Amino acid sequence: MNHEAPIREIFGLHYNPSNILMITVSSLIVFLIAVLCTRSLQMRPKGAQNFLEWVLDFVKGIINSNLDWKNGAKFHILALTLIMYIFVSNMLGLPFAVVIDHELWWKSPTADPLITMTLAVMVVALSHFYGVKLNGTKQYGRGYLEPMKFMFPLKIIEEFSNTLTLGLRLYGNIFAGETLLALLVSLGTGSIVGGILGFPLMIVWQGFSIFVGAIQAFIFTMLTMVYMAHKVSHDH
Amino acid sequence: MLTNELVLGSSGFAPLDSIYQLVAFLVLMLLLKKFAWAPLVKMMKEREDYVANEIDSAEKAKQEATELLQQHQQMMKEARLETQALIESAKKQGELQREEIIQTARSEAERLKESARLEIQQEKENAVATLKEQVASLSVLIASKVIEKELNEKDQEALIQEYIKKAGEER
Repeated sequence: MNHEAPIREIFGLHYNPSNILMITVSSLIVFLIAVLCTRSLQMRPKGAQNFLEWVLDFVKGIINSNLDWKNGAKFHILALTLIMYIFVSNMLGLPFAVVIDHELWWKSPTADPLITMTLAVMVVALSHFYGVKLNGTKQYGRGYLEPMKFMFPLKIIEEFSNTLTLGLRLYGNIFAGETLLALLVSLGTGSIVGGILGFPLMIVWQGFSIFVGAIQAFIFTMLTMVYMAHKVSHDH
Repeated sequence: MLTNELVLGSSGFAPLDSIYQLVAFLVLMLLLKKFAWAPLVKMMKEREDYVANEIDSAEKAKQEATELLQQHQQMMKEARLETQALIESAKKQGELQREEIIQTARSEAERLKESARLEIQQEKENAVATLKEQVASLSVLIASKVIEKELNEKDQEALIQEYIKKAGEER
């Protein structure tokens, strides 16, 4: 199970071609799903269009539970992309893992902390950006002194911990799931008894991982909107 | 290597991945917006408007129907009243006409009776006049016959009686 990441170097900078590959694959799948679902739009929706409309309404529900729609409408596409991309990413590592020369090529992109932290930092940075843009610098700055002035250092720490937990929660869940899957595979391929024992466990764990992947995509989107609401709305 | 794995998962620090993820996410977001989100939201908005319009027009149609029904009921009521009035007036007219006809008939009868009476009178007078004339001529005739036969007083008397009787029978 101890697979290494295929680290390569270009222009003196390191990169992980496995990540690049999986990010591209995830993005492509999300894009294909979206385009296939909206290929023939009709006033009376059916099949695929219904599915994407349901996703849209679901995301709208997430936003509405944190923000009023007047402010929240502009985050609709962000939340939609987040939930679809993260869900698809989480699912990618479940069916199989491709290992070439002890280097792991096919996995969930979200099983890499750098990727999840990138998403988390992006989201938190966006929340700060919109906080300043919608409420003005003064109101934004005052947010750090509420409800008490001495809370200021805690507020600063909160921003970092928010970012860290947002990214690492996703990474931890997905990485743990994939690691356990890899362990079960090595158990199953080790011996006949292990295979008999491992097979039902494998099925159960994969089912649970689908559940965890969906939940994590939902939580990431939900928390994004919570942080966004924290910065954007005046009274919280 | 193990510590590295535990802290940063299976990869070393690869800043290009981060940049690639960021760019990929932004591109994906833009593509989704252009090809899926915008048309879908537009369609949903259109449907919303359509449904709202349909509800509005249905409500309007219902209101119109109610108004029409009321109008019809009003018209029916008016028509019924009018019919009743017409029947009433026709009845009155009939009554009047009957009265008039009876009146006319009565006066006509009166007039006919009167004219009949007048005619009878006339006839009677005519008859009397004729009788008178005949009496005169008969007298002359009798006189001449008397003269011719040189009758005695008794015979003459008998003769006159006879002629008078004859005249009475002739009438």
